Amino acid sequence: VKKDSLVIEGGRLIDPDGGVDGAYDLLLEGGTVRAVEKPGALHSREAGRRIDARGCWVVPGLIDVHCHLREPGYEYKETVATGTAAAVAGGFTAVACMANTNPVNDSAAVTRFILERAAEARLARVYPIGALSQGLRGERLAEIGEMRVAGIVAVSDDGEPVADGALMRRALEYCAMFGLPVIDHAEDPGLVAGGAMHEGRTSLRLGLPGIPAAAEEAMVGRDLLLAELTGGRLHVAHASTRGTVEQLRAAKARGVRVTAEATPHHFTLTDEAVAEYDGNAKMNPPLRTAEDREALRQGLADGTIDVIATDHAPHHRDEKEVEFESAAFGIVGLETALPLSLRLVEDGVLSAADWVRKISMEPARMLRVGGGTLRVGAAADVAVVDPAREWRVDPAALRSKSKNSPFLGWTMKGRAVYTLVGGRVVHEEPGR
Amino acid sequence: MTAFTQRHLLGLEGVPAEDILHVLDTAKSFVEISERDIKKVPTLRGKTVINLFYEASTRTRTSFEIAAKRLSADTINISASTSSAQKGETLADTARNLEAMRPDAIVIRHPLSGAPRLLARAVSSPVINAGDGAHEHPTQALLDLFTIRERKGRIAGLVVAIVGDVLHSRVARSNLHGLIALGAEVRLVGPPTLVPEGFRNFSAEIFHDLGKGIAGADVIMMLRIQRERQGANFFPSLDEYSRLFGLDRAALAGAKPDVVILHPGPMNRGVEISSEVADGPYSLILEQVTNGVAVRMALLYLLAARGKGEAEERAAS
Repeated sequence: VKKDSLVIEGGRLIDPDGGVDGAYDLLLEGGTVRAVEKPGALHSREAGRRIDARGCWVVPGLIDVHCHLREPGYEYKETVATGTAAAVAGGFTAVACMANTNPVNDSAAVTRFILERAAEARLARVYPIGALSQGLRGERLAEIGEMRVAGIVAVSDDGEPVADGALMRRALEYCAMFGLPVIDHAEDPGLVAGGAMHEGRTSLRLGLPGIPAAAEEAMVGRDLLLAELTGGRLHVAHASTRGTVEQLRAAKARGVRVTAEATPHHFTLTDEAVAEYDGNAKMNPPLRTAEDREALRQGLADGTIDVIATDHAPHHRDEKEVEFESAAFGIVGLETALPLSLRLVEDGVLSAADWVRKISMEPARMLRVGGGTLRVGAAADVAVVDPAREWRVDPAALRSKSKNSPFLGWTMKGRAVYTLVGGRVVHEEPGR
Repeated sequence: MTAFTQRHLLGLEGVPAEDILHVLDTAKSFVEISERDIKKVPTLRGKTVINLFYEASTRTRTSFEIAAKRLSADTINISASTSSAQKGETLADTARNLEAMRPDAIVIRHPLSGAPRLLARAVSSPVINAGDGAHEHPTQALLDLFTIRERKGRIAGLVVAIVGDVLHSRVARSNLHGLIALGAEVRLVGPPTLVPEGFRNFSAEIFHDLGKGIAGADVIMMLRIQRERQGANFFPSLDEYSRLFGLDRAALAGAKPDVVILHPGPMNRGVEISSEVADGPYSLILEQVTNGVAVRMALLYLLAARGKGEAEERAAS
């Protein structure tokens, strides 16, 4: 018996990449999927460990294409270790982290540092995203080729829009050489102009400066045209408006190479969550209207939006417990994305297999990394999900160093009860 | 009179008409105190009122201070923009420190919307919003309502035109909520950059023409126009703004003969309002200031006089 062999049995295996959805048992060995068999077929097989997955879904580990791990530079908010602990607790086996650290990840040295930290933590796989421009200043391209060698999987100035259309054009052209996607934080800085929330009825009522939907849509429009011009790979981060979804749908129909993501908070909440000036309801792009939320759900259902991403953005309490306009943008999301996105299945927006596509298979394809599949020979990155398990979001129980979530106190349904990376159990939910 | 149901006064949005009328009726009984030779009653003796001002204000702060003093409360003024706030203390921390000093009411003025709510979450004493960002300025609206009611005898059924920079105006928002709650018809008048369509959601009519906006109005409420809006292209110049939306004698020609004019101050004479109108017979601008003291006395009385005996309990324990 190989010591590291592990059998997961009795569950419903959902692996759209392998074309499987049904009762199957899984044998993991040597860090990879060794066998996928009918229930009971692995029964006599000796294994180092057996996991009882009855009542659970066995899926390829979740992959987040968009999070902020804050290290180096903002370790008081999050570290690679705490961020990946939150990831695996939420069923994620891999995360791609944005470059707006301090120093910015605009060099191979910083990329390597992040990867070293991830290797020490030995939790989720970490895929760094390199800065598009040096220092995120939006002026000159960062050394993308050097960072590519060090291990980046995409480039983005996330957090800062690329205001200069010519720079975005060159980035798309240049990255095409490496097959790297350019991740677009789409907003027109002039239209954002100090805005703190979605511009609409609620912002007027609260007397808060608004961010119009057009601030995002104008930039999405520009960048879709540039993707078309250059043939580069564009990925639109955190789509939040109906107009964005419509433009994506039209662009895909005419063959533009574009993918897009939506976050659980944007397809769950609306700008009314800001009503009490709650800093935990402040993020960028802002929560939009019920109509926008519906458009996102429709976009997820019809394939316009490929990926569910968290935009996990930890901030210290002192950066949130302030006047709304002074509060930092962003919320944590790695530990709540699974149940929030499972609501889409419960609501009939996505099938269970589509859910796995959006939160595991498509992210792997978008980043061109392993995972997102449980075919024999694939990496043994697995989440065992109890879709019926209810739990309450208790800030003290969150693994993330920061607790800035608008979902604190919510009762969630659905939880990762086991998370395995390379065949190793990295998270195990008590009471199972 | 039914009981006053508010614990704080953070805004007029959602405050029921009965509570608004309760304040106005209470204020009526306080007007007389300010006309006495000795302008002081012992109502709030032994109570402490903190005026926490994060933004410059002469009129509102003085008005609150006089109101508290005429009720015999001890008042402390804190100009937070020049104290701990400069050293980086957060509002939440300031609030907890003030709370430890056991005030009976905290009056807060802040340049950012929602700050009074943040304060109210952190303290147990009543919080009175003296103006927060572009959100609300409820005591200004209450004194405006009081002034209008004194002159017109009622609020319900009146047509009130609010003219100017509604988008950035806390005075406009509070008045809008208060006037609608009491049954007035509200018109918002100004360029679309400062009076966006979205305000139709709040039961207001929108006009982009001053003459049409004030025709048939019983009350015209002028808002202060801020110079810095010009730089952000809300309008091209103060001159042009004044030509289109400045209230002068000629513009008033189409108004009702018994129209009254309010302005929360400070005025930009010659910009949003001409001197002859500001100082003219229709103007209630100085009455507003006088009534402000009575309205704030009423509020302090209704909010801070509560929990009588609580202070004694503390002293005894």
